[in-house]
Amino acid sequence: MLAFIVSSIRLGMAFLFGSTGETITEKSGHLNLGIPGVMCVGASCGCFAEYLYLSEVGPDANYFLAVLIPIIATVIGGAVMGFIFSFLTVTLRANQNVTGLALTTFGVGVSDYMIAETGPVYSKGSRFFTMTFPFAEDLGWFGEIFFSHGILIYLAIIIALVSSYILTKTRVGLNLRSVGENPATADAAGINVSRYRYASTCIGCAIAGLGGLSFIMDYLNGNWEYCIDAIGWLAIALVIFTVWKPSLAIIGSVIFGGLYIASSYITGVSFASKELFKMLPYVVTIVVLVFTSIRDKRENQPPQSLGLSYFREER
Amino acid sequence: MSETSAIELRNISKYFGGKAANKNVSLSINRGEILSILGENGSGKTTLMNMIAGIYFPDEGQIFIDGKEVVIRSPRDAFKYKIGMIHQHFKLVDVFSATENIILGIDKKEKFDHKAAANKVKEISERYGFDIDPMKKIHEMSVSEKQTVEIIKVLYRGADILILDEPTAVLTPQETQKLFNVLRKMRDDGKSIIIITHKLHEVLSLSDKVAVLRKGEYIGTVLTATTDESQLTEMMVGKKVSLNIERGDPKNCEERLVVRNLNCVDREGVKILNNVSFTARSGEILGIAGIAGSGQRELLEAIAGLQKVNEGEIVYNNPKTGESDNLRDKTPMQIRDLGVRLSFVPEDRLGMGLVGNMDIIDNMMLRSYRKGHSVFLERKGPRYLAEKIIKDLEVVTPDAKTPVRRLSGGNIQKILVGREIAASPTVLMAAYPVRGLDIGASYTIYNLLNAQKEKGVAVIFVGEDLDVLIELCDRIIVIGSGSITGTVDARTATKEEIGLLMTKSVEQGGEA
Repeated sequence: MLAFIVSSIRLGMAFLFGSTGETITEKSGHLNLGIPGVMCVGASCGCFAEYLYLSEVGPDANYFLAVLIPIIATVIGGAVMGFIFSFLTVTLRANQNVTGLALTTFGVGVSDYMIAETGPVYSKGSRFFTMTFPFAEDLGWFGEIFFSHGILIYLAIIIALVSSYILTKTRVGLNLRSVGENPATADAAGINVSRYRYASTCIGCAIAGLGGLSFIMDYLNGNWEYCIDAIGWLAIALVIFTVWKPSLAIIGSVIFGGLYIASSYITGVSFASKELFKMLPYVVTIVVLVFTSIRDKRENQPPQSLGLSYFREER
Repeated sequence: MSETSAIELRNISKYFGGKAANKNVSLSINRGEILSILGENGSGKTTLMNMIAGIYFPDEGQIFIDGKEVVIRSPRDAFKYKIGMIHQHFKLVDVFSATENIILGIDKKEKFDHKAAANKVKEISERYGFDIDPMKKIHEMSVSEKQTVEIIKVLYRGADILILDEPTAVLTPQETQKLFNVLRKMRDDGKSIIIITHKLHEVLSLSDKVAVLRKGEYIGTVLTATTDESQLTEMMVGKKVSLNIERGDPKNCEERLVVRNLNCVDREGVKILNNVSFTARSGEILGIAGIAGSGQRELLEAIAGLQKVNEGEIVYNNPKTGESDNLRDKTPMQIRDLGVRLSFVPEDRLGMGLVGNMDIIDNMMLRSYRKGHSVFLERKGPRYLAEKIIKDLEVVTPDAKTPVRRLSGGNIQKILVGREIAASPTVLMAAYPVRGLDIGASYTIYNLLNAQKEKGVAVIFVGEDLDVLIELCDRIIVIGSGSITGTVDARTATKEEIGLLMTKSVEQGGEA
């Protein structure tokens, strides 16, 4: 049971990165379906940077550098993907759905190439990411659950909390939300709609990219053998599941993680029905959608101009 | 009150594609004064105000604020000069509270503090007698509350010159009174208020000065105390212009469509049609005059079965069978099959009726797609029709396969009207069919309508230009705020008469 909870948390945090990033993006009115691709690219950049660093310095790698370099590489990789998305949708006015799906296809291709090129050799780097508090073991189950994780797990929670605070409590967050709700109003109020959309998409993608890194380096212990776009789709589902609230997503992500791996911890489940179990997160997302639609509370609805491009047209 | 004007416009002109929206407009307003801008639809009121608010930039002329010449290039500049405009369509974020909307976009170094801002909002509202809960979400608010938020928004930014674009169009009489009280209080506080309206009684009860525009031209400014309704109406509609539209006498008139006590309510529960009754006869053009948004659209849509009718009946006397049907119980499809055709030209011509990305032939098929007998499309008939319309109506297009979107407005309208006429209707409703067209194209449309009248069709024509209505129609019903305020014979009616009926107040229309 304990192992199940710990695994849920470790997997969940990969979702949390993705959904926090996507929430920030969606709050600006951008529906970025490229998140799975962004996570693939983020993970690829991070892993490749780690690979280069470790092959350079050999065994005497510094902990901070071994962690910091891949994180920075991931953030840059994600942000570049976000920039491509914004450039296509804001500047060139391409359709957001099509652009997003194209980015996903692209990202999956990049990561497949990475796997084929370098092989699953990231376990060396992975140990830096799973390094944890030395006192965790002394605290029993409490330590297991709360202090036995690597740095990315805590980073995910901090980013989610900070994002939540910025979105709800600051002027920047207010402006950002107004851009996603009603860009014409925001524009009339003197807010630079394009700048906000660019910024939120790039930042959102940078954060989402970390989800890919977290999944490979932490949850898989560096054994990257298959494509990870599934966690990207789950991250998008998580955004809906948690009604666009990053703070709720902290709990939601652990639930998603748990549901996703539940089949492995229940005995006597056939291989085929394991795959059925993996559908559970999507099922609960649909249930949540049904409930929020029935209750029809405006605060729980997606940003009003989600997926719509904004042109000022006349002025 | 100071000696120099708070804001003064000198010889302002603005052109859209060679057409003057405003020509040589000069006006001024002092501190502590309310100025009304009066004019018909399309007379350039909103355009003029948008230039002050920084949304458009004037092509000619100067703007002075407190005696100094200024250049206003953006809404931001307008804020700088303490000008605030309350638009007809509210610019508010639904899921935000009143306060959040009010402080949106204000660049301040100070910390974002919802409560402190709410207190300041409260302070402003108390000063002028607004009644508002600063923490209430916009989507929970009534229309009048939303308007209040818009007004506080500009006051919060320190505006001294307030422009209100038809603020009473969406308000009930009681709410209007409340708004006027607030505006008077602001005037006494030394603010300058410009209000756009076409309701004469409001002008007379509220403002100190009235500036009148007609078709973009500035007619003059009069002091409210020295004027009356008939003088203002004359300034507004001007002298009669002869258009020479050939008008035959109505022949074989039968009552084709009888509307009795029609009542409709819109989504927010506001009454949009109030006890409307009229008869449309065959072989006659019935004009509908009225200020835009007085319920013309809803009336036509109710007849076409697109608008829910709350009370009343619409009786259609079928010339083929001699039976009478109540259209209220029919679906839009059934109504259309009876021969009642709606050709509505909305503000965006492509919005209703035509699909921009499809070519002319395909657009013809939108009306005939049910006629086919196999799974495959029957293109021959529509192609023939498309070519006939292009030839008969002189549509300028490379060929019938050109996407409609690429054509000019006039040609799009010809196709739309042509298609509806081709279905040989018994009732043809045309709303603003000449909007945005040049003279030549307009006459083509007039001739088409007249030809239909000759054929014994009951034509209902909703128009904006009173000159055209008087010359084209046989009878004109005037609609004001959802009620019929009068019926006149187009052959004897004067523009002043119709103009007065158009601006008649709501109270006279019924229980509203």
